[in-house]
Amino acid sequence: MGFEQKKDLLGLRELSREDIELILNIALPMKDVIKRDIKKVPTLRGKALATVFYEPSTRTRTSFEIAGKYLSADTVNLTVSTSSVLKGESLRDTIKTIEVMGFDLLVMRHSMSGAPHYVARNTDMRIINAGDGANEHPTQALLDIFSIREKKGSLEDLKIAIVGDILHSRVARSNIYGLSKFGCEIRVVGPSTLMPPEIEKLGVKRYYSLDEALDGVDVINVLRIQRERQQIGLFPSLDEYANLYMISPEHLLRARDDVLVLHPGPLNRGIEISSQIADSNVAVINEQITNGVAVRMALLFLMMGGARDEIAN
Amino acid sequence: MRLLIKGGRVIDPANGLNALMDVLLDEGRIVAVNNDLPDDDAEVIDAKDKIVCPGFIDMHVHLREPGQEYKEDISSGSKAAAAGGFTTVCCMPNTEPAIDNAAVASFIRERARKTGLTNVLPIGAITQGRAGNELSEMAELVSAGCIAVSDDGSPVMRTDIMRNGLEYAKMFALPVLAHCEDLNLSRDGQMHEGYYSIIYGLKGIPVEAEEVMIARDIMLTRLTGGYLHVCHISTRGAVDLVRKAKKEGLNVTCEVTPHHLVLSDEAVGTYDANTKVNPPLRSWEHIEALREALNEGVIDCIATDHAPHHLESKDCEYILASPGISGLETAVALIMNELVHPGILDIEKMVSLFTTGPADILGLDRGTLSPGQVADVTVLDPDMVKTVDPAKFYSKGKNTPFIGRELKGWPYMTIRAGKIVACAGKIV
Repeated sequence: MGFEQKKDLLGLRELSREDIELILNIALPMKDVIKRDIKKVPTLRGKALATVFYEPSTRTRTSFEIAGKYLSADTVNLTVSTSSVLKGESLRDTIKTIEVMGFDLLVMRHSMSGAPHYVARNTDMRIINAGDGANEHPTQALLDIFSIREKKGSLEDLKIAIVGDILHSRVARSNIYGLSKFGCEIRVVGPSTLMPPEIEKLGVKRYYSLDEALDGVDVINVLRIQRERQQIGLFPSLDEYANLYMISPEHLLRARDDVLVLHPGPLNRGIEISSQIADSNVAVINEQITNGVAVRMALLFLMMGGARDEIAN
Repeated sequence: MRLLIKGGRVIDPANGLNALMDVLLDEGRIVAVNNDLPDDDAEVIDAKDKIVCPGFIDMHVHLREPGQEYKEDISSGSKAAAAGGFTTVCCMPNTEPAIDNAAVASFIRERARKTGLTNVLPIGAITQGRAGNELSEMAELVSAGCIAVSDDGSPVMRTDIMRNGLEYAKMFALPVLAHCEDLNLSRDGQMHEGYYSIIYGLKGIPVEAEEVMIARDIMLTRLTGGYLHVCHISTRGAVDLVRKAKKEGLNVTCEVTPHHLVLSDEAVGTYDANTKVNPPLRSWEHIEALREALNEGVIDCIATDHAPHHLESKDCEYILASPGISGLETAVALIMNELVHPGILDIEKMVSLFTTGPADILGLDRGTLSPGQVADVTVLDPDMVKTVDPAKFYSKGKNTPFIGRELKGWPYMTIRAGKIVACAGKIV
């Protein structure tokens, strides 16, 4: 089943290479729209999009919101804290409430893995997973892949290192699922306590040493470290983490000269990435954000029934 | 009432029987098992092409009463048991209040007696309120009819208390049914830790959470000379530990659930909370080990861990869902379809795992068709084909991951103390 026949985007695991290429190819003209003086196109006029975030997020939510607005969809944001849900209304009832207001598509972020899958089964609205627990963050991975492809021309045979908390990272999982469909060599590196068991079964190479992992790589995708992981005993201190895994100029000597550094943001400067790198021209962190809007526009366009030729000019 | 069960294949492991025979019941007792018994004035049950067994015993169910009657009660649970082919069930003490005193145990026995469909034997708590800190009054529990002690649902985390529990229960010859789980390792876990927990992004529960506690409890059994029965074992390492303890001559037995024998952790991928259970569904490597252990005799019985829940505690986010599977009405068919028919488990062995197995663990005077015994009989139809439909369950718990599965081999008739209580899955 091709992407256009799917009701929801829950993860990259279930997408084919062709599905991903379709989305990335449509994101290209979308990026041009963002750069225009008049950014609004009428493609999704009369369509309604809701974002529901059960977890705090600024950039992902704003990115979806502006993507919807550039395409003329009516966009509404709902903030729900997980704690209020635990006390009161069930997820199913909340979603039903949104559905019967007439929304066409729901963008959902939830702290619990599988929550969007549960919702998707129980609603006629189309669902885009904007991150669920430690499971997937498909739109982040799509914008990462878009950014890599744009800079490198092709994804074939690239060596890509993902650095940090692999165990809890939905960004890592979605990147692994997506990139592995393009024949990339994927390396994961981080402390052993933040590395899932049997991760090699996903077809990646596992490293504990940053220098070994970065040897000859084309791309480094740096994950954000959550401070609360230290508090539950998964690593001793942020200082030790920074000493072992912070991406700094000296580590970059291991990588290829034309290496790209990605980071999903927000940055912990001086912990997982040094300011010299974050602010240098090897980092594409700001461009990732622009690309994120383009990729999300492409998804909304594909999923809310825009006609293909409307966007061409 | 005289009943003559005619022409069935009688399998009675305690007496080494596996032959076409008749079984005569009268006044609630087994009268005779023999060839061509005269029907006299008995009601005749045609058991041609059926398998006639001693009444099945499920030593691990949750009937939820008192306290959570919206999930199950003794009446609905008894019906589910009878429809599922069980004549005796043992109910776990994680009720509200817990079965840690004679009053609650007596209440359950009285409710079960009034319902009258199934022999319900209460299991007392090891510790007061199942809190793991002070021993419950076991002498009182025994006098009120408790046949074992357990804090099931929770482990006894304190090693000193578990030691004392095994030591004290020994005085009353009570088996200690241990829910083995190191909560420090399993905390917040949603599923088996392994390949699929990475893929589904759910926190894993390593097999070691179960195995370190089994190892501890076996050591405490060695220390105390007590009687340890390990509930719902689910891992290869658990099997190895129990095998070794048995070889050593320790008083250690164990059970396995049908779902741990037939369903793997891959099933969690839909995030259908009906697949959430504790211990979690494991990978095939472990399922294979459990199956081997059944045939080898390391595992002593099959028990359902019947854990009925209401819809709302399963129709929600996976992480918020309560663990447990409503198992009484699918147990026999799952074992028949998945293990017996494919030739993985011998039918005689299966019958013993549901009869003499649990009876021996608990010291029950049941589980055989010897003349003079209570006339508890389960008749199986090995050829009946039916699709699992929780809407038709007698249990209030419709939570099963096996919905829609077509299974071959079902209980045909359940006879409790000489009275037909269920036929073809329907309460009579």
